[in-house]
Amino acid sequence: MSHHTIDVTGLGFSYPDGTAALEDVSFHIGHGESVAIVGANGAGKSTLLMHLNGFLMPARGTVNIGGTPVAKGTLADIRKTVGMVFQDPDDQLFMPSVFEDVAFGPMNLGQSPAEARQAALDALEAVGASGLEQKIPAYMSGGEKRLAAIAGVLAMRPEVIAFDEPTSDLDPVHAARVEGLVGELRRQGEYGLVLSTHDLDLAARIADRVVLLKEGSIIAEGPPRELFYDVDLLKGVGLIEPRVVRLWRELCRRTGRDPGPRPLTETEFVAALADGGRA
Amino acid sequence: MSKLEEGLYDLGRLDRLAFLDTPVHRLDPRAKVVTTLVYLVCVVSFGKYDVLPMLPFVLYPVVLAADGALPLGFLARKLIAVAPFAVLVGIFNPALDREVLLHLGSLGISGGWVSFVSILVRFFLTTIAALVLIATTSFSGVCVGLRRLGVPDVMVTQLLLLYRYIFVLGEETMRMARARALRSFDDRGMGLAVYGQILGHLLLRTYARAGRLYQAMLARGFDGEVRIVRALRFTWRDVAFTSGWSALFVVMRVYNVPLLLGRFMTGLIS
Repeated sequence: MSHHTIDVTGLGFSYPDGTAALEDVSFHIGHGESVAIVGANGAGKSTLLMHLNGFLMPARGTVNIGGTPVAKGTLADIRKTVGMVFQDPDDQLFMPSVFEDVAFGPMNLGQSPAEARQAALDALEAVGASGLEQKIPAYMSGGEKRLAAIAGVLAMRPEVIAFDEPTSDLDPVHAARVEGLVGELRRQGEYGLVLSTHDLDLAARIADRVVLLKEGSIIAEGPPRELFYDVDLLKGVGLIEPRVVRLWRELCRRTGRDPGPRPLTETEFVAALADGGRA
Repeated sequence: MSKLEEGLYDLGRLDRLAFLDTPVHRLDPRAKVVTTLVYLVCVVSFGKYDVLPMLPFVLYPVVLAADGALPLGFLARKLIAVAPFAVLVGIFNPALDREVLLHLGSLGISGGWVSFVSILVRFFLTTIAALVLIATTSFSGVCVGLRRLGVPDVMVTQLLLLYRYIFVLGEETMRMARARALRSFDDRGMGLAVYGQILGHLLLRTYARAGRLYQAMLARGFDGEVRIVRALRFTWRDVAFTSGWSALFVVMRVYNVPLLLGRFMTGLIS
């Protein structure tokens, strides 16, 4: 499978009760790119994500991963390529201990126990969860579970990782830790990252590109600096601009500064402020 | 703390005990599983009026609990908590079987009472052996042991998932029970119909979670077989443990050890 690109073309899907979840969705995710799929509740984000590794099959259109179409016959290859971190880690951590859970994927990939053990240890170290190996998932905190769930996917060394609401239900410290981890994966450039989220602050900080979904259709697609400063567009899809954007707009409105720099993160905001608002 | 919370906490405590590091804990799970199976077969194969010949079997759980540094008080409380089930099973025996089987002085004791006590002793021995096995091996360790002993993968997988999700289901039940309690006053909102609805919701939630769980397993290459990375080593210590205890169980099953001891003692005295 060549270079981990995702091509979705004319994708449509309806649930058995007739609810149309996706309609004519098309987009492309390149190698090493970090893309956030954002939208309000019920916009179709999770449904779209579930098409990327074949949990749901396209009713209309196609999904290609690295040139291979998602179809029943290709599911094994697709799932080696696209890893999925579920929203609720209790859905993902089903083995008796963290170590066995993280090693579950590598063992299924045909690795020897020694290789799987090493892959699990490496993945746990990568997420900063060394020391959790022998823990029983039932007695772990939500943050620990999320890190273990991410390690379970990393241990398989997929080429694309899909995160479903990666920081939901986490306390600020663990949310920052998970965000830092996703940011680190992005910097490494080895993985394509797809995040489904309605947390625009998070998307602003870690996405190269944003896909805006509303009622199962793509309303807009582009860099966050462009989309997140389009307040009417966001309002139209039932979202509110990120906090930094809101602050910057208000500051520019009150002080007459040039809104040019369009900061998305706190760091960019401070830099723009220090720069006197000049582009 | 509700009864359900206490139950989950105790289950968790059993698991935590399994992380102790003692010679018993270090034994291969297969050794403990096989030995416990031999023990259980021997205990349950006694006749319905046998009480005395079963008593020496208390040696095994007591020795393992002592060597494994297990808190006996905790194990005793667990036994008492489930004892009503055993009482319920045997409580009708005295009414159904009134034939006098033995005399204590002038007091005639019916077969029903003897078989009732036999059920209680059997219950005590088998339950404490199972508790000690889990507290020294962990439930997952037992499952791994069963798997390596050739128990079909599908059964072991079911056991593993059942045990893992007891906690999740228990927590969901507690949350729903709390939500009900917070909005129920006097007798309103406490009826059977409400419990029925809670059970219905639990069933739907369980079904939905099972679907998500299966997806998560598929996402990581699950093909029907759960491959476990844990390495097991069956050493001479495990062979000695299994064969030694099993031989002792067979001897205690074949010979009425208390009776032989009694004869020996009375022979010595006379």
